[in-house]
Amino acid sequence: MLIGVPREIEEGEKRVALTPEVATHLQSLGFRLAIEHNAGAAASYDDDQYRAVGVEVFEDPRDLWRQSDIILKVRPPREHPELGFYGVELLHPGQTLISFMYPAMNQELLADLSARGVTALAMDSVPRISRAQKMDALSSMANIAGYRAVVEAAQHFGRFFTGQITAAGRIPPAKVLVIGAGVAGLAAIGAAKSMGAIVRAFDTRPEVKEQVESMDAEFLMLDFEGEDGNGTGGYAKVMSAEFIAAEMALFREQAKEVDIIITTALIPGKQAPELITEDMVASMKPGSVIVDLAAETGGNCRLTRANEVVTAHGVTLIGYTNLPSRLAAQASQLYATNLRHLLTDLCPEKNGKLNVNMDDEVIRGATVVKEGNITWPPPAPRISVAPKEDMGEKARAALETPAEEKKPSAFASLIPMLLAAAALFGLGAVAPAAFMGHLTVFVLSCFIGYMVIWGVSHSLHTPLMSVTNAISSIIVIGALIQISSDSPLVTGLATLAVFITSINIVGGFAVTARMLRMFRK
Amino acid sequence: MNSGILTVSYLIASALFIMALAGLSHQESARRGNLYGMIGMGLALVVTVFGVVTANHGLLLVGLAAGGVIGWVLAKRVEMTQMPELVAILHSLVGLAAVLVGWANALKHPTDMSDIELKIHAGETAIGILIGAMTVSGSVCAYLKLSGKVGGRALMLPGRHLFNLGLLLGAIFFTIDYINTDSVMALVVVTVLALIFGIHMVLAIGGADMPVVVSMLNSYSGWAAAAMGFMLGNDLLIVIGALVGASGAILSHIMCKAMNRKFLSVIFGGFGTTSTGGGDSGPAGSADDIKPIDAQETADMLLHAKEVMILPGYGMAVAQAQHTVYEITRRLREKGVNVRFGIHPVAGRMPGHMNVLLAEAKVPYDIVYEMDEINADFPKVDVSVVIGANDIVNPAAQEVPDSPIAGMPVLEPWKGKTTIVLKRGMSSGYAGVDNPLFYKDNTRMLFGDAKASVEAVLRCLGD
Repeated sequence: MLIGVPREIEEGEKRVALTPEVATHLQSLGFRLAIEHNAGAAASYDDDQYRAVGVEVFEDPRDLWRQSDIILKVRPPREHPELGFYGVELLHPGQTLISFMYPAMNQELLADLSARGVTALAMDSVPRISRAQKMDALSSMANIAGYRAVVEAAQHFGRFFTGQITAAGRIPPAKVLVIGAGVAGLAAIGAAKSMGAIVRAFDTRPEVKEQVESMDAEFLMLDFEGEDGNGTGGYAKVMSAEFIAAEMALFREQAKEVDIIITTALIPGKQAPELITEDMVASMKPGSVIVDLAAETGGNCRLTRANEVVTAHGVTLIGYTNLPSRLAAQASQLYATNLRHLLTDLCPEKNGKLNVNMDDEVIRGATVVKEGNITWPPPAPRISVAPKEDMGEKARAALETPAEEKKPSAFASLIPMLLAAAALFGLGAVAPAAFMGHLTVFVLSCFIGYMVIWGVSHSLHTPLMSVTNAISSIIVIGALIQISSDSPLVTGLATLAVFITSINIVGGFAVTARMLRMFRK
Repeated sequence: MNSGILTVSYLIASALFIMALAGLSHQESARRGNLYGMIGMGLALVVTVFGVVTANHGLLLVGLAAGGVIGWVLAKRVEMTQMPELVAILHSLVGLAAVLVGWANALKHPTDMSDIELKIHAGETAIGILIGAMTVSGSVCAYLKLSGKVGGRALMLPGRHLFNLGLLLGAIFFTIDYINTDSVMALVVVTVLALIFGIHMVLAIGGADMPVVVSMLNSYSGWAAAAMGFMLGNDLLIVIGALVGASGAILSHIMCKAMNRKFLSVIFGGFGTTSTGGGDSGPAGSADDIKPIDAQETADMLLHAKEVMILPGYGMAVAQAQHTVYEITRRLREKGVNVRFGIHPVAGRMPGHMNVLLAEAKVPYDIVYEMDEINADFPKVDVSVVIGANDIVNPAAQEVPDSPIAGMPVLEPWKGKTTIVLKRGMSSGYAGVDNPLFYKDNTRMLFGDAKASVEAVLRCLGD
C-alpha cells in the first residue's frame, strides 16, 4: 500500500507527519511511501533526505490525495489556500486518513469523510491507556509544548533563570509556577528546573504530587479536604466552587512572589477555566511572564490573546497556540513515531496491508470513521487510573494493621531464656565438673560466634559457608585421637574419617581462597 | 608432647579460627582471614599428630594425602554456579565424619569413668551421631536437589508432621535406651532414624527455600562437631562447632527474614510449590498492558541514563549471562553512566551466591549493593534492569495482602523511572505468584533468553 504525506497548509504549521528515519521503519512493514514536494522543508527535512531512503516525491498534492491508500497528516484537512481544494473530496472508498481530527469539534469533517466512504483514524482519539502510550500523540505534543513554553518564557523574561554569585553581585534564581502537572506541566517543570529556576507546581489531582517532587519541584498543597480532581482518561475534572475559591487564594498569594507562570489547565471540550485574574496579573512584578498553554480555548488568563504576545500591567502574556510547531523537527519526529507505532498495530502481518481491527481497544478508540460509517464516539474507556491507587492504599493499610498487633510483651521474650536457665541449673546439679567446664566453653563460643557472624558482610556469605565448612572439619582431631586404637575396626573408621575430613579441609579452604581472589574493586 | 603445650596450641588455633571468621567482615581482610583459618587448622593437625597419635602413622598419612588431593581437585574444578552443590556435599562429609568418629568412640569406651560420666558420655555420643547422620542424609538430598538429579518440588507426604513426630519420639526413646543399656542395636536405630529424618526434611522443602536448607545444614555440621567435642572432652572441637553452628543459624535466620518466612514453617511447610497458593495465582494484569522493548531501544535507554541499577537473579547465572552483563556495565561506566547492582539476600541458591557469581564475572564488589542499602535509591534510578529474577522484585509482596509472598522484603525497581525486565516468557517465579511489576506503566519487557538478550544489547551499545 502507498502511504502519502501532504505538506501541512495551515499558516505557521511547520510539522510534517513523516521523517526520513520513520520512513525506513514503515518500509520494513511493507509500505511504499510518498510525500508532497517540500512537505518536510519547514521541519528541516528536505526532499533529498526523503529520496535517499526511497520515498517518492509528488509535485501536485492532488495526485497524492488521489493515489495514496493511506494519507498521514498532522492537522485535519482544510481548504488549500493556493490550489483551492479541500482534499477530502478527492478521496475514494478504500482509502484511510490518519491525522489529528478533534471529532467533537469537527462534526462536519466526519460527515464529509463518511460521505466519501473512507476510513479515518484520529490521533487525538487514541485511548489514553498504558498500552497506547507509544502512539499517544497528544502526550508527545504536550511534552514539547511544555518544554517550549519555558523557552518562550525565557525569551521574554529579562533575567537569568539560574541564581549566581558573581563579582558584580548576587543574582537570585527565577521562580516559576506551573499550574497543571499533566504531561505538558511536567515537561515545563523539567525544563525550568534544568535551567536552574525554583519551580513550584499545582494540580487538583493529589496523586501527581509524587511525580512533581520526583523532579525536585515543590508541590503546592491546597488546604482543602475531600475532593479529588480525577476525571476520565487522565484529565482533571471541573472542581467545586469552594475548591476553586481556595485555589484562587493560593494563586493570588503566589502571583506576588513568582516571576513566571505557566498554565496548562485544559478540560477537554470546554472553555479553559480562568485561573489567573486581572488583579493577580497586576500584582505580579513588572517584567514577569505568563505562558498560557490554554490560549486556544480562551486561556487560563483572560488577558491572553491566542497566537499573540501581549503586555498588560507590565507583564508579558504569551498565547501561542501551536508551540509544538515551534519545535518542528522534534515534534515531527515524535509525531511520525507515534504514527509508526499505530501503523505497526494496524499492520500486524507486516505485509503492507491495513487491518482496522475494531476488537482492538486502541484501534477502536482511534477510528472515527470506518468505511464510511461514523464510529465516534467510541464506547467509554475501560478504566480510570484512580481505582488502582485505592487498591494500593487498602493493601498498605491491611499490611500495616496486623504488624501493630504483633508486638510481643517483654515478658514473653523472657520465657525461653528463663527455661534455658532452668535447664542449665538442672544440668549443673547432676553433671560432673568436667562436663560443666566444656559446657561453659560451648555457651561462650556460641555467643562469640553470634557476635562475629553478624559482622560478616552479606556479600561474603558464600565464602563464609565454605570456610566454616573447612573449619568444622576440625572433627579430624577426633579421628586422630582414635586412629592409634588397637581395635582394627576403630582404626578403620578413624582412617576413613581422616580421609573424608581432609577432602573437606583442603577443598573448603582452597575454594574459599579461590572465591576471595575473585572479589576485586 | 605435654598436655599444656597441646592445650595452648588448641587455644591459639581457636583464636585463629575466630579471627578467620571475623576477617570475613570486609573484602579487604577476607583473604587474610582465610589464611588465619588455614594456619589454625595446620597448627591443630600438627600438634595432634605429634602429640596424640601413637601408632598407625602410615594410614593417617595415606588418608590425609588422598583426601587432600581429592579436595584440591574439587575446589579447582567447581564452577561458581555449582557452589551450592559443592557446599552441600562438603556438609555431608562433615556429618559423615561425625558419624564415623562417634561410632569409633562408641565401639571403644574410655574405661576410667564414673557411672554418671559414662551416661553423659553415651548421651553425647548418641546426640553427636544423631546430628551427624541428619546432616549426612540431608546434605546428600540437598545436593541431589540442587544439581537437579531430584526434582525441586517439595515432597508432601500425607501426615508428614505425624511422621516427623514419630521419628523424633523414636530417636529420643532409643537414645535413652542406649544411655541406659549401652546396646549397639539402639545406636544403630538412632542412626537410621536420623538418616530418614534428614532425607524427609530436605525432600519436603521446595526449591525456593534451598538457601535456608543449605545454611541450616551448615549449622548442623557445626553442632555435630560440637557434640563430638563434648564426647571427646575436647574444647577445640566445642569452640569450632559452636562457631560454625551459630554461623549457620544466623545465615538461616537472615534467609528466612529475607523471605518473610518462619524458620519452623520452612522446615515443615513445604513452601515453594505451586500447591500452597493461598492467594490468587492468576495473572496480575491484562496482557494488553505489557509493553515489549527491543535490544536497540534498551541500549539507547541505558546510554542516556545517568543511574542504572542491575538486579540479577539466579536466572542470570543459569543462562551464564553474567560475563556479558559485566561487559555492558564496563562500557556504560566508561561513558559515565553510574551502573550499580542490587542484590536480594535470597537471589541465587545459597546466601551470598549472587555476589560470588558477579565477582567471578569481574564485577567490582564496591558497585554491588545489598537490598537494604539500595532500596531507598530507586526514585533516583533512571533505568533498572531485572535479569533472571522474579519473586524478589515482585510488588505483590507489598501490595497484595493475601499473596503467598506478602510481607517478603523485595527490591523496588518500580519506584524508579523505568524498569526493563529480561524474561523468556510470561511464566511466574518459584513461588508461583504472578508479578504485577510486568504490567506497570514504567516497565518494559525484553523477551528472550537472558544471554541472547544481553548479547544483543551489548552489540547495540557499540564501542
